[in-house]
Amino acid sequence: MAGMDKKNIHFVVNGDPVSALVGPEWTLLRALRDGVGLTGTKEGCGAGECGACTVLVDGTAVNSCLFPALEAEGRSVTTVEGLTQADGNLHPLQKAFIEYGAVQCGFCTPGALMSSKALLDQNPDPSAHQIKVALAGNLCRCTGYTQIVEAVQAAAAEMNGTAAAAVGNGSGAAASGAGATGAASDTALAGVTGAVDQPSHASTSGEVTA
Amino acid sequence: MNPPVITEQERAQKELAVVGKGIPKADAGVKVTGQAQYMHDLELPNMLYGKILYSDRASARIVSIDTSEAERIPGVKAVLTAYNTPEIRFGFLKDNMALKKDRVRQYRDEVAAVAATTPELAEAAIKAIVVHYEDLPAVFDPEEAMQEGAPLVHELNPKGEPNKDNRLRLPWKFSAGDVEAGEAASAFIAEGEYETGWVTHCCLGTAGCVAAFDPDDNLTMYSITQIPSLAKADFQEAMKAMGVRGKVRVVLTTLGGGFGSKLDTYAFEYIAMLLAHRTKKPVKILFDREEEFFATSPRQPTRIKIRQGCDAEGRLTFRDISMVLDNGAYTSWGATTPTVMMMPSSSLYQVENVRFRATCVYTNNTYAQAMRGYGTPQVTFAIESNLDELAEKAGIEGYEFRLKNANLPDTVTPQGFKVDSCGHVPCLEAVAERMDWAGYRAAKAARLAGDATGAGGDATLVESDTAGVPPVAQAAWTELPDKVRGIGMACLLHVGGGAKIYKSDGCGTLIKVDDLGYVDVYSGSMDMGQGLDTILRQIVAETLGLGVDRINVVIGDTDVCPWDAGAHASRSTFVAGNSALYAAQQVREQILNSAADILDTPRDGLDLTGGMVVCADDPEKTTKIEKVLRKAHFASAGNTMFMAAYFYEPPTDLLAGDFKGNYSMAYAWGCHGVEVEVDRRTGQIDIVRYIAAHDVGKAINPLLLRGQILGGGLQGIGWALAEEMIFDEGKLLNPNFRDYKMLTALDSVDVEPILVEDPAAAGPYGAKGIGEPGLVPTAPAIANAIYDAVGIRLRKLPMKPEMVLAAIMEAEGR
Ligand code: FES
Ligand code: FES
Repeated sequence: MAGMDKKNIHFVVNGDPVSALVGPEWTLLRALRDGVGLTGTKEGCGAGECGACTVLVDGTAVNSCLFPALEAEGRSVTTVEGLTQADGNLHPLQKAFIEYGAVQCGFCTPGALMSSKALLDQNPDPSAHQIKVALAGNLCRCTGYTQIVEAVQAAAAEMNGTAAAAVGNGSGAAASGAGATGAASDTALAGVTGAVDQPSHASTSGEVTA
Repeated sequence: MNPPVITEQERAQKELAVVGKGIPKADAGVKVTGQAQYMHDLELPNMLYGKILYSDRASARIVSIDTSEAERIPGVKAVLTAYNTPEIRFGFLKDNMALKKDRVRQYRDEVAAVAATTPELAEAAIKAIVVHYEDLPAVFDPEEAMQEGAPLVHELNPKGEPNKDNRLRLPWKFSAGDVEAGEAASAFIAEGEYETGWVTHCCLGTAGCVAAFDPDDNLTMYSITQIPSLAKADFQEAMKAMGVRGKVRVVLTTLGGGFGSKLDTYAFEYIAMLLAHRTKKPVKILFDREEEFFATSPRQPTRIKIRQGCDAEGRLTFRDISMVLDNGAYTSWGATTPTVMMMPSSSLYQVENVRFRATCVYTNNTYAQAMRGYGTPQVTFAIESNLDELAEKAGIEGYEFRLKNANLPDTVTPQGFKVDSCGHVPCLEAVAERMDWAGYRAAKAARLAGDATGAGGDATLVESDTAGVPPVAQAAWTELPDKVRGIGMACLLHVGGGAKIYKSDGCGTLIKVDDLGYVDVYSGSMDMGQGLDTILRQIVAETLGLGVDRINVVIGDTDVCPWDAGAHASRSTFVAGNSALYAAQQVREQILNSAADILDTPRDGLDLTGGMVVCADDPEKTTKIEKVLRKAHFASAGNTMFMAAYFYEPPTDLLAGDFKGNYSMAYAWGCHGVEVEVDRRTGQIDIVRYIAAHDVGKAINPLLLRGQILGGGLQGIGWALAEEMIFDEGKLLNPNFRDYKMLTALDSVDVEPILVEDPAAAGPYGAKGIGEPGLVPTAPAIANAIYDAVGIRLRKLPMKPEMVLAAIMEAEGR
């Protein structure tokens, strides 16, 4: 019934030209989820306050829940589904988010990834503070943000070919490249482990020296 | 069933392959690619969209509901009220109903509901419903609600008997020793009143469900509950009330956060059932952000009075705590938080004479539920703040005072907790060492001495070296710099080995192994992002000598997963972990016994490691596990495959009666230390440094464990400093992220975790629970640091800049 007011928009999503039938009040978020069928982009508030819906429009991070679908006409949109590289490999940001424990419930993750991508595209070597500024609009209730910031730093290092370089985490802990188990961020777990009355367990923290 | 007897020695001798490693979360891959399916993403064929009409009064009689216009809207398939549906009661005291009849008692009361073919039509239908109300007297303050003549929130109790007043008849009283004698023996006594308000979980994924009936009236509830088995029982009971004979299956989608918000069932779930049954179509209800704020149940607010005393040496002599809880209009788990608040009240620090009482009172406010810490953060705010006040009276430095009274291993607390492993002192010492507590204090003492003799002089009063220097006298205020620093600490005690608050605190696990060495683990527990899926993988992989990639954990489907008491009380790693461990050990025994036959070698010389059946006696016989699996399966006789079932019930006491007993298998300890900088001009509090030491027993996964401490820590800091649901006569004024101040990345604090591993004898590989502790001592640690900085004791949360500033101005006589 409302179909009469609907309009076809043509835009590029993750490199593919697509068209979607959208209503006049539709947001880009809805066009992506209901029109194109890409549900990786999340709605956390629908009011521009949480960043879960962040996508890139012509390279710029926007809250897709506020962006009118009709204005996407002719533009190029990148969503979390488009982060995965053409060869099927994960983007360094995706890998780092996995390895650094930046994902708990994961609802904020697509948005946080896209804001991070926009940042690294502009500034390949951001400081922890610059990362926090870039992510200030992406609320995360689970992680306390620290591991997200560490993941973005690690991804930047990897993309710059300096993966082995130290990744500061703002707390002065030593850092390391991601190990096979992603234990890199264990560096902050410096231990008094067992130091007091369980010396036999000291070895468990031996792998995480501060 | 008793656990198999293999464990400890074998475990201790073995180098751990995957337990203790920071293995990434099992579902992180699907989450970073946008493939994870949340409730938002679930669509079923022919699905309808449900929407709820809430009360717009805090207390009123429903005079009439006119749904005729809503029903006429094309695409609207059902319009339900309490007047055309069976009554479904739910909640801890069954005082809540899915749809409200005759009167409303709070703004979030569900008055009507619709199902339509699109969310827009459902919204339009809701707007077309006309309700006439007649306002009734309301009461919003729990103290007022207790007074004689206060308007009754419920005239009748759930049994239909008249209520005399608004007090809930709940037995929340505990006492041990002799408080009066303790008081008489005290050289110093400190007392105070502390208040914590409403804060909410702020799950990034809003709540929702899809209810779907099959033609035989069996219900599948797609859900985000933290209690699949208990929710199933609740829904089954509702089916009975609906006169529906079918069976219930609860299936979880990925959760967009939990934090306790999904520990009880909600009216919207029963409403979805009613709509789905009426329309014979699947019905989805998905909250928008505003609903998430006002229609889910927040943390239990408290008003706590506390008195503590010590002798001349600073040993605690007694502790007396009483509190009033605003129950809101209905009763959910918030009303039961006193059972958990008793725990630190009775057992944090060694104190023999203890009294605890809590009164829950109905009001016309929103009703509360579980939230990370389950009351422990609230009562710990009172205990640990007041402890600093007492230490000051006794003239003993706070850290020394805590050490003197700290809990020790192999003790029994006044409540009857059998404390074996206890990292309280190590956690205290770790924080003191990391922060150079003694050095900080010495510098402050020198500073004060300098002031007293006039030798210090103003010249040294620069920001950088005023850390920990509180104003000693009014006159000193003018000499203080604008920004002053201080340090504070606070400890915690939480259950770390389950908590028997239901008659069963158990969890079941089924395990089956295929011919290729892949293992399916069906656990009753669930994951809301904390990482239980990964922990179970590691425990089973370790036990079977396989890589984690061979282990598939299946959770969140009551048709295939065994029973579990739910994800609460930081119990899942411990209880579900033990359940999986013991099931895996059975499978291990089966495989090794079979291998002994197949390889014709004694069982004792065999082990499972690195994907191999390792034969110590004859290395030639060492073979891949899958070869043994296939030989056993495709044998010429006695064919078998390997599978096991185990139900782990912690041998603890049920929390009831006089509330004395050992109701957890392990206790988790911790200490947080914080340095703050207070801006005297603005009241702004900056966290300069935040240390979180936790006794975790054994870190099964340090990467995910760190995430629990960091995430819990920042939630706690937000609770202490910023977060607040603002209500005006029961109406929530800030149901959005603009006005409800959840901390952002820019506000975030680099919490520094310290892990103290004092293994729990009964824990899986020694582990204790860690889901909640990271949040617990945040507020008092910060409040104590603020006091240290500017000499102002804040007793109400959140400690917002305007409150801090007002207190500073009052103290300074500005
Ligand atoms: S959904 Fe767009 S900012 Fe929250
Ligand atoms: S991981 Fe849950 S909100 Fe960020």
